[in-house]
Amino acid sequence: MPVNDPSQASAKFMSFFPSLSASVLVSAVMFLPLASAFSSGEIPVGEFTSLTGGSASFGQSSHKGTALAVEEINAAGGVLGKKIRLITEDDQSQAGQPATIVRKLISQDHVVAILGEVASSKTLEAAPICQQNQIPMITPASTNPKVTEVGDHVFRICFIDPFQGTVISKFARARGWNRIAILTDAKQDYSVGLTECFTRDFVARGGEIVREQKYSSGDKDFKAQLTSIKAAQPDAIFVPGYYGEVSLIAKQARLLGIKVPLLGGDGWVGDSLLKVAGKSLDGCFFSAHFSASDKSERVQNFVAKYQAKYGVPPDDMSALGYDSAMILADAIRRAGTTEAAPLRDAIAATKDFSGVTGLITLDEKRNASKPAVILTIENGGFHFVETVTP
Amino acid sequence: MRNPKFCLILAVILAAVVNGFSSVINPYYYDILITIGINVILAVSLNLVIGYTGQFSLGHAGFMAVGAYFSAWMTGRYGVLFGESAPATGAIYVLALILGGLAAAFAGLLVGSPSLRLRGDYLAIVTLGFSEIIKGVIQNAEPLGAQRGLGGIVQHTNFFWTFFGVALAVYGVLTLVHSTYGSGFLAVRDDEIAAEAMGINTTKYKVLAFVIGAFFAGLAGGLYAHFKQFIHPEGFNFLKSVDIVVMVILGGMGSTAGVCLAAALLTILPEVLRMLSDVPWLPEPARHLADNRMILYSLLLIVLMLNRPQGLFGRLRFGAGKP
Repeated sequence: MPVNDPSQASAKFMSFFPSLSASVLVSAVMFLPLASAFSSGEIPVGEFTSLTGGSASFGQSSHKGTALAVEEINAAGGVLGKKIRLITEDDQSQAGQPATIVRKLISQDHVVAILGEVASSKTLEAAPICQQNQIPMITPASTNPKVTEVGDHVFRICFIDPFQGTVISKFARARGWNRIAILTDAKQDYSVGLTECFTRDFVARGGEIVREQKYSSGDKDFKAQLTSIKAAQPDAIFVPGYYGEVSLIAKQARLLGIKVPLLGGDGWVGDSLLKVAGKSLDGCFFSAHFSASDKSERVQNFVAKYQAKYGVPPDDMSALGYDSAMILADAIRRAGTTEAAPLRDAIAATKDFSGVTGLITLDEKRNASKPAVILTIENGGFHFVETVTP
Repeated sequence: MRNPKFCLILAVILAAVVNGFSSVINPYYYDILITIGINVILAVSLNLVIGYTGQFSLGHAGFMAVGAYFSAWMTGRYGVLFGESAPATGAIYVLALILGGLAAAFAGLLVGSPSLRLRGDYLAIVTLGFSEIIKGVIQNAEPLGAQRGLGGIVQHTNFFWTFFGVALAVYGVLTLVHSTYGSGFLAVRDDEIAAEAMGINTTKYKVLAFVIGAFFAGLAGGLYAHFKQFIHPEGFNFLKSVDIVVMVILGGMGSTAGVCLAAALLTILPEVLRMLSDVPWLPEPARHLADNRMILYSLLLIVLMLNRPQGLFGRLRFGAGKP
């Protein structure tokens, strides 16, 4: 390519230069005052969550719970005589963001601990950074078993997926159901994992799996599988899928004249479950992290405060978000300091902490050992049945 | 750029020098710097396809995914092949980056050869579909972590390697399009029929642009994987491709300098807006803007596009020659 007129081009560049340097200057000024933002009268705690983007509904719920907990702790005088300052950053449900944000929280805001993320894929991105910086991290609701395997500074306060399989199996046996049919979503790790654990436990307890059928997420017609299940005459059907398909399965099962109850896990919780299924799911049972209709005083207190502040009843994620902040505050109190090493040890030593999602004990793998609740569906609403301990 | 090779060497030396100070840079700013570098590579390489050759591609994140997963898989499996010393694992890392880029280039060749006979909207749909296929394959590949994502990647990417990659991408693309041979790209963009009539093999040029673009996208993917240490198929979705396209269009199609600036600006902007709430001297209402920073960000994009539809730098190019 021949060179036309170099001087002209560089002149153009120079004319652009002032605006370029101006924008650099503006960003430099923005960055500057931050170095002194940290005040020693408060305990900075970081939270990263998805307030916007694909998983925003989960992220906002969990954030509301966490914020409520911090408000309560500060109203009661804070911890170690200091108030907790919650610094919340939005990761836009976007990969790449959690790592940046957590680096910001650690290096910029000097947080003593990090709470965060519902989605396991986001938590897994932030976890190695917390581990490398030796900052304790508590995830409220990431159920992927790999999360806490990242290192000894990563904790979770929810149960992991396989546990729910055991819970349902225990519940089914207690109801005296011997013959169970299973309808698994073969495309979802979650569903396959639940099926495995359920089968193992149910057979060990002397039950019988009379039929196993599979479907794939996104399917709309389940009549073939359901007809086969009907012929096996089970006492109940275990459907460990997500709410979208479960509602259709329930509807089609009733149309085929299957009257036995359906059983499931926390994947059932979703807005459209009852809208689509209508009355088809009445008398069915599923396990969950938390029930707003649990009559215990602790839960009712939480539900009342949450409802008063946000105008909506709390869901699983808000309860877990709430507990994550409460457990952290409790650990800071027990450690008597906010230094990372003793704080980590204090979190690891959490035992029988009474949260709104039940008595929480952290095991040696930093996973929570805690009860699940069984809910039933009646008249278009979820109702608390019982608590199943591990 | 009167002496391109000199500029390249200067940039690499500069990257090495800055890299020496990386331990004193605040890790958050360091993260942003590396992200800028990776985005610049992505935008500059996509600019070769969209800006210089005029082929609209919505599949750049797919090529990035190929590079990211291939290199991460390789360092995960063969990372300590030559021992555990830093130079030995570093060598594997660099090899993994190159091979990751080549794997992406191969993917570019696969999708390019049949689909580049299409034009405009049709090509956009095909490339979009292709990147979704890559995502789908990864989601079902057990050794790559499937839907759970691939973690435990060792952090190798540093300032030097990232900006070495940037220098290489900018140098590669600029010298290519400003060479006699590279005029073919511009000819294809300006008038495909006329180019064909002049004896230019338009399909060959299009595929070549695609393959080179995919190589650098794969390289960026490898850098990304070894910096963030965790990759997930959802991180390479359609939205990621659109992000890169926005950088190219805002920077001005066919203007490498503009595209570099746009990539840097679009990476910094959300972070600057994030900090609004922490700036002590700002009035209270302005700080609350930070809560709605994504709305602000989108508004800024609209304003920028309205005022500079020709891109940030307009017709100005790095090279003095009029392309």
